[in-house]
Amino acid sequence: MSDFPRWKYALVALVMLFGVIYALPNAFRPLLAVQVTANRDAPPIDQSLQQKVQAALTSKNIAASAVAVEGDHLLATFTNSDVQKSGADVIKAALGDGYTVAFKLQSNVPAWLRAIGARSMPLGLDLQGGVHFLMQVDQNDAIDKQENSYADDIRTLLRQKNIRYESVTRNTVREQGIAVILRSPEDRSTAADAIANEYTDLNVANGANTGDRFVLNVVIKPEKLRELSRSAITQNLGTLRNRINALGVSEPLIQQQGDSRIVVELAGVQDPTEAKKLIGAVATLQYRPGIGQAGDAQAQEAARTGSIPPDANLYRMRGSNLPVLVSKQIIVTGNQLVDASSGIDQQSGTPKVDVTLNAAGAKKMGDFTNANVGKPMAVVYVEQVYETKVVDGKEVRVPKVTETVINDASIASPFSKQFQTTGLGSPKEASDLALLLKGGALAAPMDIVEEGVIGASLGQDNIDKGFKAVMLGLALVLLAAAVYYKLFGLVADIALFFNLVILLAVMSLIGVTLTMPGVAGIVLTLGMAIDANVLICERVREELRNGSTPHAAIRAGYEKAWSTILDANVTHLIAALALTTMGTGAIKGFGVTLMIGILTSLFTSVTLTHAFTALIHGHRKLKTLSV
Amino acid sequence: MEIFNHDSNIPFLGMRKYSIAIALFLMIASIVMLVVKPLNYALDFTGGVSMVMDYDQSVEISDVRAALEKGGFDHALVQSLGGTREVSIRMQPKDDQKAVDANGKVNLDLIASDVLKTLQVSRPDAKLKSRELVTAEVGAELKSDGTVAAVFVILGIMAYLWIRFERRFAIAAVATEIHDVLVTLGILALTQREFDMTVLASVLAVIGYSINDKVVVFDRIRELFRLARKAEPEEILNRSINNTLSRTIITSLFTAITMGALYFFGGSAVHGFAVTMLIGIVVGTLSSIFVASPILLWLGVSKKDLMPVTKENSELARRP
Repeated sequence: MSDFPRWKYALVALVMLFGVIYALPNAFRPLLAVQVTANRDAPPIDQSLQQKVQAALTSKNIAASAVAVEGDHLLATFTNSDVQKSGADVIKAALGDGYTVAFKLQSNVPAWLRAIGARSMPLGLDLQGGVHFLMQVDQNDAIDKQENSYADDIRTLLRQKNIRYESVTRNTVREQGIAVILRSPEDRSTAADAIANEYTDLNVANGANTGDRFVLNVVIKPEKLRELSRSAITQNLGTLRNRINALGVSEPLIQQQGDSRIVVELAGVQDPTEAKKLIGAVATLQYRPGIGQAGDAQAQEAARTGSIPPDANLYRMRGSNLPVLVSKQIIVTGNQLVDASSGIDQQSGTPKVDVTLNAAGAKKMGDFTNANVGKPMAVVYVEQVYETKVVDGKEVRVPKVTETVINDASIASPFSKQFQTTGLGSPKEASDLALLLKGGALAAPMDIVEEGVIGASLGQDNIDKGFKAVMLGLALVLLAAAVYYKLFGLVADIALFFNLVILLAVMSLIGVTLTMPGVAGIVLTLGMAIDANVLICERVREELRNGSTPHAAIRAGYEKAWSTILDANVTHLIAALALTTMGTGAIKGFGVTLMIGILTSLFTSVTLTHAFTALIHGHRKLKTLSV
Repeated sequence: MEIFNHDSNIPFLGMRKYSIAIALFLMIASIVMLVVKPLNYALDFTGGVSMVMDYDQSVEISDVRAALEKGGFDHALVQSLGGTREVSIRMQPKDDQKAVDANGKVNLDLIASDVLKTLQVSRPDAKLKSRELVTAEVGAELKSDGTVAAVFVILGIMAYLWIRFERRFAIAAVATEIHDVLVTLGILALTQREFDMTVLASVLAVIGYSINDKVVVFDRIRELFRLARKAEPEEILNRSINNTLSRTIITSLFTAITMGALYFFGGSAVHGFAVTMLIGIVVGTLSSIFVASPILLWLGVSKKDLMPVTKENSELARRP
């Protein structure tokens, strides 16, 4: 029987090879490492730093498997998590503040595998320990801000256009818009046109009139509202990323979940206090007149002697840490900032940040810049972090305020509503600044709605148990199939084994995070993948009983079983698909695993076994089949 | 090797009055059970605080309970996590007044350290292995998400069977599916096993599993109807069940074996999943044999409903 085409043999061989290669990285356990990266103003990582770290570790009798410079960072690897922890403490103490020291699981996959894109599956927190937070973003806050800002803008616009109005008030109910009350129908129609022309994101409609009060209802378009909610999340994500990077966790997972939630997973971290502090931090911005340049003689002098002019504050520049004097007068605060985005300046070709202020801010900014062209203006970043302290035996939350200057530039020409900061060092600096500006001004408040700490030992426990369950489940089914279906059972066993391999390969390639529910999904897939082979074997047996020749029985067995297998798997696939639509991470992981498992098993149980069966029975004359 | 006599012709359809009566009874009993003794929802659904404690030496659950009561945690739920050294403790944040601030924000770390201190009074070898806080809001959402997913699965399957088979098959399959889910949930309520997120995933997987069984029988029914010259529905349905009986039971056994391995070796994190799946396999297998086909018969399936074979179908069927 050679009705099994040659290209299919080739396909089966290729897929098997693919499975083995791409599943292979999972066999290499990652190394426990400590990663050191230099902060912006610290000297770069080089050999001397490596020697320093090595010496510090040796002096404290901590055995590192390797300490090596890899590109822009330094990696020290350790044999177990206890040594890793004390190693990190020693390195942190030896290097001081200029460097970020973080735990890392360093991939141990050989370079040739990595070169072809093969990598091991990332492990979920339940398999490696760590902390996770689920946060609810209060998007209403962003909408409130925007509605207030539009009310301001409309007032300014009407004044500019000399349209007399009685009042412009924001409805107390959110998303109900702004009521503009005018004195005549003519005024109302001119006002409606003016607003609609100026602000394309607003819908303008006539309201009910009472006496000589002519009402205009202005609401933000639903698309714009949706965009606002979306951007509140995106901004919060960005801000969180920035803040958590400062924490020095390597590869933190910060993702949007559903419409209004953000999930943060920090692998390897066991103490959530520091992370929570950063998440809860409130940041605001202040535009203030600068006094001199950062690091100039006057600022240096003030920093050295501590004698600061009475109308000024002494701050440090973020990054360079240079002292800078800033006036106490506040021009505009972050609340008046509507948007900030980074880009490239067309004229100079340097990175820039575009800033948009609301009407009130624009007026103040216009007044100030008109009078102060050529003078410096500083952006002060005020971060407020709550710390829990024990006072008189009671726990109180004490705000700790840190103020740094994130930008200090000269005013080139007067500006008000929209302006740009140019001449920034790099596109990254520009996007960081934009993020900071927005982060300070727009990030909607967040609440922690779910929180968990999973011990590192629990993670290792779960890995061991999960591995044992998969192996044992596999072994038992392999044995049962071989006993019950003899040679056909052995062929099914090969298929089942490769199903596991290919399933792992696909999951690794896509980068599915492996969790305990995922492991359960793998085990379940093993149990159900054999079903297709049971169907085929039972069919072949039936055909033999009905008097078919062995070759005909094989052919009919595969043909007749196919439609059943297809129907059964499609319905099963529908169920798996529903699982993946569930927002929750754990169930999603299970659903994805199940779905990939159904697809791979469809191939291995039908095509792969068919190839092997054809190969074994080939053109030989057969009297019986071992099924 | 063969366990089943391939010539068996057990009159499954002949007992349909009894089997359907039993199925109906089980469904009603399950609904009553779910009302009287609601599911033992875990933290994932109810919200609250959960901790896993690890002891160096073995510990009695009753001792842990006593220690907690002494420390003022009267409403804490203590459960063993398999083995004698690991216990899970669940409670509502309000049991530790200090840890809830004026805005209702909960300080998980404070609760955990309070509980740990309480336990260490009598057992200094107690260690905190993990801790978790879920707000009630997130829990409620999970419940509704789960229900939506279950409805989506059932409707999706119904639509597929309607297209690939025929209306009556779709209705029979879905009716049996609802039976399977209800009875599985009923047994979970009866045994008061903890219903957490993995159990929910397992219940949804049970739907996927048991539909497999039904589809295999239905496929055979369709095939036999098309082949048979004189098609007596009851006889054809009965023959289909008997022909596929060996496959139905062998597949269930294989799947049950893997779930057994998961139960015994997978650890406490997947216990609930494996047990639910095992219950679902038993219920699903029995309903495939005893319940689905009688419903199909009552709905009045006949040869002519399945006859005009569309071209696509025959082509699909011919592929290997």
